[in-house]
Amino acid sequence: MNATTLYGLCGSLLIGIGMYGLIVNPQPLRKILSFNLIGSGVFLLFGVVARRGAALGMGGDPVPQALVITGIVVAFSATALAVALLLRLQEASGSATLSSPESTNPPEA
Amino acid sequence: MSVLPTLVPEATTAGGFLLVLMLVLPLAGVFAALTLGGRNARRVAMLAIPAGFALAVVIGVELVQSGRTLVYLLGGWAPPLGIALRADGLSVVMLLTTTVVLLAVALFAREGFQTPENVREARTPFMFWTLLLSVWAALNAVFLAGDLFTLYVALELLTFAGVPLVSLEGKPETLQAALRYLLFALFGSVLYMLGAVLLYGAYGTLDIALLAERVRPEAVSFVAAALMTTGLLAKTALFPFHLWLPPAHAGAPAAASAVLSALVVKGSWFLVVRLWFDVMPGVVTLTAAQLLGALGTAAIVVGSVVALRQERLKLLVAYSTMAQIGYLFLMFPLAFDPAGSGPVHGAALTGGLLQVVSHATAKAGMFMAAGLIYAALGHDRIADLAGVARAMPVTVLAFALAGLALMGVVPSGAYLAKKLMLDAADGSGQWWWMIVLQGGAVFTAGYVVLVLVSVLRSSAEPAPLVKRVSRLSEIAALALSTSSLLLALAALGPVPGELVANPLAPKELGTLLAVVLGGALLALGLSRRSLFGVRAATEANGGSLRRSAVAVGKAFELADRLIRRWQVASISLLVMVALVGGILVSSFPR
Repeated sequence: MNATTLYGLCGSLLIGIGMYGLIVNPQPLRKILSFNLIGSGVFLLFGVVARRGAALGMGGDPVPQALVITGIVVAFSATALAVALLLRLQEASGSATLSSPESTNPPEA
Repeated sequence: MSVLPTLVPEATTAGGFLLVLMLVLPLAGVFAALTLGGRNARRVAMLAIPAGFALAVVIGVELVQSGRTLVYLLGGWAPPLGIALRADGLSVVMLLTTTVVLLAVALFAREGFQTPENVREARTPFMFWTLLLSVWAALNAVFLAGDLFTLYVALELLTFAGVPLVSLEGKPETLQAALRYLLFALFGSVLYMLGAVLLYGAYGTLDIALLAERVRPEAVSFVAAALMTTGLLAKTALFPFHLWLPPAHAGAPAAASAVLSALVVKGSWFLVVRLWFDVMPGVVTLTAAQLLGALGTAAIVVGSVVALRQERLKLLVAYSTMAQIGYLFLMFPLAFDPAGSGPVHGAALTGGLLQVVSHATAKAGMFMAAGLIYAALGHDRIADLAGVARAMPVTVLAFALAGLALMGVVPSGAYLAKKLMLDAADGSGQWWWMIVLQGGAVFTAGYVVLVLVSVLRSSAEPAPLVKRVSRLSEIAALALSTSSLLLALAALGPVPGELVANPLAPKELGTLLAVVLGGALLALGLSRRSLFGVRAATEANGGSLRRSAVAVGKAFELADRLIRRWQVASISLLVMVALVGGILVSSFPR
């Protein structure tokens, strides 16, 4: 196993851990953090792609690096928006949870 | 014209700069609204949106005249190094629909979202107009972007602009709905991004036209197709990934719901179409398309039945959106060429596009009408809507016309779409989709009949109106519904005239009657409260029949609640990736 494969596996592992957290953790803040883990995993994977796709004699393909930077900005904005919503929710309702009993309908009258 | 050109090297075409203007205009509007602030936000939107409509028309004329895709290369750099903006027939139709719906929404919201006289700036109206422009900018980027990464960014912008629209009023339940929406959408976009990364790794480009040439049916493209399709479905809220849609769309103010339901979910749908038809038509298979169609069918049935079980009008309309999203995916299995080797641009795709346009206009009109009823009564309990038709006839007419348009009554866009897709189903021997296409209208009729019966019911005293609604808002809703109902006539240009039947022909009237009757039966059986008051229902139908129908309705409600749990929805997301991937791999080598 060479370094590039190990690097790629690390990225995949991060994605896996993040997905587990995103699905299983009920707290919104942990879901947000898990999303960031998945994002980091994807960006690492993109790094591997850049390394493997590099032309002869080059350290890496520069395009994925540019894309990763954009991706990080997008993920950062997403996190900021999610945290802002979470804070407002905490302010307005006193608790920060997603799992209210889905009260789309009151009990049948 | 509708197929992306594969000419290499690509160059900016005449009129390509119009595409840049189309992106710059709404963004300039956003910045102007932010910096000018206060009540100027509305003025900016009121100027920018009509200008955008004119611009979209110019782009359309340019496209038809030149007869080929408009291209603009940013900075003159050609892909794969540069970024291209492209507008084909699909993009232009979506651009036009977007501006038309936004125009109506802006007129509708003109009075409801004005800054009060005595303050310089009020948060809600200021944010509404700024976000409206942001949604528009993001949508234009989705329709014009020529590579998968720009599309990713555009899609994220669309989510970021759409989510705050949900929680505009800042109530705890809408904040919760917005957060759920955001988190699930992020899950979807991360899957999409992963797929895009894999494609770049395998083919060294993300440009749509270049990828279409390079992509081959092999393991990596199968996985990428599965990841990207599933991620986009999560954002489109196709069943069973609709956990976020009903609370978000029902909780938002009516003008915002109209935008979210009519336009925002269409953004990610459009991307699925791009992916399947333009990026990897040689990779996806008919079996995978059948899966999409099957999920669409499930969405129609579950969404419509649960809509019938709703107590509140806005939730009913939100569930109807979920059902209508299902329709948009029936097009995929029908669009495959006769050999079944890949989806092609043809009658089925035209039908799907028409369906999007007619749904966008009708559903926006319907949400607006529901919002007006809510505003006028101070509530939207379906059981207490008696007398509304007399009090606000224009609004009820708008709702009824939107309902007819969604059912696919003769001159409506949905009718023509259904006709095109029925022909495609007939031509490819996929009779089961003909049943779904014909039967779907009955389900739609169900909830439309339910609402109309409720509002037409006369009450002893006139409906107590707490507020007078603006006449302009009512007319905006009515205009959208009417345009959806008359869409087939407008589409007569490119479509052969014999496709539109005489609406008064016995055959068409008979179909309409059957659909409405079927819908009335569904509403009679499944509605939460019996349609004509308790006694009439028991006499007409027999108590046991109604009881068993109600039990079925309750079972659907329960199933819906289960599927909308976070864990269930997100695990089914992963299962979907595995399913689509598995289907694609199993057809290899073909």
